[in-house]
Amino acid sequence: MPTQMEKVICVTCPKGCTLEVTREAETILKVEKAGCNRGTRYAQQELTDPRRMVATSVRIRGGLHPLLPVHTSAPFPKPRIRELLEALRRVEVQAPVELNQVILPDALGTGIDIRASRSMAPVHSAD
Amino acid sequence: MSDAKQYDVVVIGSGPGGLAAAISAKKTGADRVLIIERDVEPGGILLQCIHNGFGVEVFKQDLPGPAYAQRFIDEAFQVGVEFMLDTMVLEITRERRITAVSRKHGFVELQARAVVLAMGCRERTRAQIRLPGHRPAGVYTAGTAQRWVNVEGYMPGKRFVILGSGDIGMIMARRLTYEGAKVERVLEVMPYLSGLTRNYVQCLLDNDIELQLRHTVRRILGKNRVEAVEAVAVDEQMNYIPGTEEIIPCDTLLLSVGLIPENELSRQAGVAIDPITGGPFVDDSFQTSVPGIFSAGNVVHVYDLVDWVTEAGLTAGKSAARLVRSGLAAGDGPALPLKAGENVRYVVPHTLRPDHLADGDIRVQLRVRQPLERPVWVELRSGDKLLHRKGEPYARPGEMITLPVRPNLMDELKAAGELTVAVVAR
Repeated sequence: MPTQMEKVICVTCPKGCTLEVTREAETILKVEKAGCNRGTRYAQQELTDPRRMVATSVRIRGGLHPLLPVHTSAPFPKPRIRELLEALRRVEVQAPVELNQVILPDALGTGIDIRASRSMAPVHSAD
Repeated sequence: MSDAKQYDVVVIGSGPGGLAAAISAKKTGADRVLIIERDVEPGGILLQCIHNGFGVEVFKQDLPGPAYAQRFIDEAFQVGVEFMLDTMVLEITRERRITAVSRKHGFVELQARAVVLAMGCRERTRAQIRLPGHRPAGVYTAGTAQRWVNVEGYMPGKRFVILGSGDIGMIMARRLTYEGAKVERVLEVMPYLSGLTRNYVQCLLDNDIELQLRHTVRRILGKNRVEAVEAVAVDEQMNYIPGTEEIIPCDTLLLSVGLIPENELSRQAGVAIDPITGGPFVDDSFQTSVPGIFSAGNVVHVYDLVDWVTEAGLTAGKSAARLVRSGLAAGDGPALPLKAGENVRYVVPHTLRPDHLADGDIRVQLRVRQPLERPVWVELRSGDKLLHRKGEPYARPGEMITLPVRPNLMDELKAAGELTVAVVAR
């Protein structure tokens, strides 16, 4: 089986290194041009089980704004992001909410939690 | 004069630059530190940047924008920074007298011993890129759309074209796709991406959104609402190439065509503005041309990472507090001019005091004119003499380069004249 080289752009940090990955079928033989170890790990992950941090919003009642920003507690499996977004469209929370509060635990059974990206205090009706 | 409220340091704006400046002024020993913010809550534009990726470079943490802001908001309250929210500053004088208005406080006059300008930047609009056609609904800046979608809960359209490959544009392309819209195309007039490569990957490639370089919008079609845009390829001189026109049906056009430091207040105060950055001329303590008036963050020059904005704010706030405490503008020794040399569009700070190296590194930041997709040297020179250099794997106009100047260079710098920074192929 011939080895093949492909380029993967690392998205771990803003540097965005273009990694050169040599692999034989599913086996990664080497990762070159990575600026740090995180790049090597990223290439392995990306070619076997690509994941992304997902940030979106859910409805909130009684807060300063109608939306609460939320994010995944860890990178989330890329093929299931659409499904996750669908699930979050049905979520509504009530203010107050604290930063990092779990909004949806164990999303889609992945073990990854959806957490609040900010605190939002309750807003009392205008006096 | 005597009726005005007195403060040691007044910071204008509570984005990352302003928050960092206020915190560090307080920690450096300034007594009364006040932030004036026009929004109803502190945090600035970070509050609408709900995506991840903040804090990776400097703080080694990957946070969403609001979480990054909250870390500093909480700290500001803890250290005793005062806030005046929902308040618009109308004027700042050279003598650091500030007038502002708000529903809660009415018309207020304040006197500050030092001011830190941290108003951030604004987006370039349709008028600034001279986009012809009718003025239908459906043409917005990417940041306005970001505020609606992420904070206020409105979708500005269903089918989008985005002009400009800046980070906000690419991030909005992903965000709109997440919210069920179709992004037909991202057009970039330059032959290269203007935002970060990782945003091209995780925002555009991941979501099958097409990017066309060397393309722009020639006109907008539709009278009451956008119905389509006419895209066209451009040549090296930015002229339209006949025969390449394409009608792209859409209901919304987002503009991500650059940011401009917001310096109306700075100009009123007599602060000298660099025509290239659009922000104040600053020394390495971020003091402007007006003694006692400092500035930090995107109001000085547009950064691509918030981490550096925070760092700049910390420096400006510390300098402002030192001025208040000691009466010395953080610097006393002579200042050397720092100029943009070969393939450098601009460099900040504009002057550098070698004496300040006694406090640690001075961070010189710059942008290149032309991309160099091969290893480069970033060089600090005095005349023909090379004082210091740093290697980078490549140089791109969209990615700011940082050159730390180390304390061990102090003696050499003291003997130097005008300094230049150049970026050359290795």
